[in-house]
Amino acid sequence: MVKVNGEFVKIDGKSVSEYIESANYDKSRVAVELNGNILPKSEYDHTHLQNGDSVEIVSFVGGG
Amino acid sequence: MITQEEFLNALAKKHSSELQDKFTKSTVAICGLGGLGSNIAVSLARAGVGKLILIDFDRIEITNLNRQQYKLSQIGIAKAQALPENLREINPFITLEAHNVKISEQNARELLKDSHVICEAFDNAREKAMLTNYVLENMPEKYLVAASGMAGVNSPNEIRTRKISKRFYLCGDEISDVNELGVLLSARVMLCAAHQALTVLRILANLE
Repeated sequence: MVKVNGEFVKIDGKSVSEYIESANYDKSRVAVELNGNILPKSEYDHTHLQNGDSVEIVSFVGGG
Repeated sequence: MITQEEFLNALAKKHSSELQDKFTKSTVAICGLGGLGSNIAVSLARAGVGKLILIDFDRIEITNLNRQQYKLSQIGIAKAQALPENLREINPFITLEAHNVKISEQNARELLKDSHVICEAFDNAREKAMLTNYVLENMPEKYLVAASGMAGVNSPNEIRTRKISKRFYLCGDEISDVNELGVLLSARVMLCAAHQALTVLRILANLE
């Protein structure tokens, strides 16, 4: 299981890109922290989530 | 004429000299000088932060006045020019470095290099994500205080500050998008800006 924004989901083996797409996030509006470290966008495609990983996806909305 | 010593003594009286010394020797960068950034800047100028780096490429429009710290007489002027004028009326001893430019991945490092803490205060979600990713990837020694979700008229209690990782804080309700709600109310935007400003001050005071 992978912890995503505090909730456990069964997405082991999926790439970050695949998960972002399946969860309907807009890649151009997110910042992804993997186990407490920022994950560069260039690494979304080849970073595969593993059992025990903790992911925080910050999805920005407009306004300021 | 009030001297700098008198001014700093007055601040220390309200903040304690221990906190004031930390604020006075700090530099904070504010990226975007709209509803969030102009209000953050006023809070930090009043707190006596030593230096602010203020960055925006925009000019003041009449539709900014509902929530941004500008005056009717300043419509048409660059925000990077008008905000320093307004801040100096509040705190004439603050050091201000204003840049009338659009921040990009090409110029961010140079613009932000002298800051201890960086505030992301844009209005566009993609720009917010761009700056957040850039700073966290390329300037890991900096603290970043970003904002997302302060549109609409939902409860003030939904605006919060969340520590996402070691040096990355996010303020806002994280869901209220101006593009869906079409409302940006000063009290709610200022609340989010106050979360950002207080988080900055807590970081400077080593409380975070």
